[in-house]
Amino acid sequence: MIETQSVSFQYPGDKIIAFQDFSIKKGEHTLLLGESGSGKTTLLHLISGLLRGYKGSIHFLQQELNTLSESQLDQFRAQHIGFIFQKNHLISALTTEQNLMLAPYLATKKSDKERIHYLLNRLGLEKKKNANVKTLSQGQAQRVAIARALVNQPAVLFADEPTSALDDKNCDVVIDLLLEVANESKATLIMATHDQRVKNKISKQIILNS
Amino acid sequence: MNLFVLVWNYLKAKPLNTVLNLILLALGIAVITLLLVFNNQLQSNITKNGRGIDLVVGAKGSPMQLILCNIFHVDFPTGNIKLNEAEKIAKNRLVKQAIPLALGDSYAGYRIVGTNKDYVQLYDLKINSGKFWSKPLEVTIGSYVAQTTGLKLGDTFASSHGMTEGGHSHDEHLFTVVGILEPSASVTDNLIFTSIESVWIMHEEHGEGGEEEGEEPHHHHDTVSIANPSKLVSSVSANDSTHEVTSLLIEYRSPMGAVQMPRFVNAQSTLQAASPAFETARLFSILGVGVDVLMGFAYLLIFISALSIFIALYNSLKERRYDLAIMRSMGASRFKILITVFTESIWLTLAGSIIGILVGHAVIYALIAFLPELQKTGFSAFIIYQEEWILLAGSLLLGCVCAILPAWQAYKTNISEVLAKN
Repeated sequence: MIETQSVSFQYPGDKIIAFQDFSIKKGEHTLLLGESGSGKTTLLHLISGLLRGYKGSIHFLQQELNTLSESQLDQFRAQHIGFIFQKNHLISALTTEQNLMLAPYLATKKSDKERIHYLLNRLGLEKKKNANVKTLSQGQAQRVAIARALVNQPAVLFADEPTSALDDKNCDVVIDLLLEVANESKATLIMATHDQRVKNKISKQIILNS
Repeated sequence: MNLFVLVWNYLKAKPLNTVLNLILLALGIAVITLLLVFNNQLQSNITKNGRGIDLVVGAKGSPMQLILCNIFHVDFPTGNIKLNEAEKIAKNRLVKQAIPLALGDSYAGYRIVGTNKDYVQLYDLKINSGKFWSKPLEVTIGSYVAQTTGLKLGDTFASSHGMTEGGHSHDEHLFTVVGILEPSASVTDNLIFTSIESVWIMHEEHGEGGEEEGEEPHHHHDTVSIANPSKLVSSVSANDSTHEVTSLLIEYRSPMGAVQMPRFVNAQSTLQAASPAFETARLFSILGVGVDVLMGFAYLLIFISALSIFIALYNSLKERRYDLAIMRSMGASRFKILITVFTESIWLTLAGSIIGILVGHAVIYALIAFLPELQKTGFSAFIIYQEEWILLAGSLLLGCVCAILPAWQAYKTNISEVLAKN
């Protein structure tokens, strides 16, 4: 599903970061591990098409990402990718449900009310449906983020340090839920993290060295 | 979820900012609307009241006063002119029509105008009930006069001298209401019409009209036919030097009149001519200074509100950079983000101007309700002018202009950089 070959990237005026080659098959959940500064986020952004201008090749669903224009990448993400970030990434002006409804709107897809309803239920957010997201706890917010990332039924779910803002109990609950719903939605999870607590949950691991 | 729900929620999330911007813009637009409506209605009123009148001839004095008094009926007469002198003007070959006016009395603050039937044609007056005045001391009253004084057909009243209520009353002779006019939304709604002879009768009792002979005038109120009747007032003979009128409303036979008549009239030692077009233009240029100042103030308000909207957008976009990057990561195109910013700005400016225009009209409505003077002049709060559509279009443009820079910033946001920094 994803295959990289001698990928390297250079931020303007910075040293070149080279990444090891790897491939990820469909349904094969993967961890990108490494200390902060090791380029986890950069790699995640590169393979998800958020960051352009790398050297080498990244094949994503038989598509060389370097050949796609900015707007083609937007469409590509809308079609195939869901994102979960560390924190603060819910649109605070909207309610929980509106945050979920935002996903199909931004991706120019038809809004699927049943899908949203299913995800809200599945992640235990039914009661918080009309709550302003500012009133949610970190654990709840992260569950909303998981639901939102899965609304459009993406093939790949990217998560960047999704647990770093959570306490142990919440971390466990969120990771377990994340894996469960990713499996149910047939999404392949690729998670960048340095959180020791999630290491033993996913066996496939790509370790980045700084 | 759609564009408008998203934008609406963003605006709702910052209620104080949104309300402040709306108020600022609405104030500016309201002032402009107010001036617009006033200016337009004043001008259309003036043209309506002055239609068909090329020149006003009266006693020497201020030409502006002559116009204000004899066309708009808001100022006092400049004095009277002799009937035979007025006739000389009326007989000039350049004059198509000359309508005599005799002013001086009022009832309940409404001016009594002595004139003839030509005035009816000039202002296209229509009878609502009853008939036009014909015999002396018969009056036909304007619709607004009827409405406010409660005078009905057959009612009688005593006029008082001058324009104020409680002035010297002419109790000896009572006017009888024989007709009520249809509303015309012009000054005629606030006038009481009678014959010139009636005005003379009122004044001969104490000799104000230059009428000293006492008994003699009463004869020509009857239907005695006169061998050589005056062109202006058929009940007296031509070249009568004892009777007076206040003014003549003149319509030219040809454009040549505009060249020769004023000079011809002003050459007569006791007469002066004033052109309604010229005097109203002069009046507007005097009023215009005040209007310009207010307009300038309104534009300043709008400029400040535009600046405020721009700053608000710019700031909120800085806070929202992360939001925008998230939206992009979810597959939103740059164009969609651009449209969102523009929609937010245009929503504000458009809502602001709609509120402003509504407030402007509401203020006029309130002014009309509380100021009888405005009711008299036939002002209306319910006329929408073309310029108001231009205001709306302008606010659309303003919204676009305010959004250009913030939208551009949103457009070129580097998603990866913003996401990585947080």
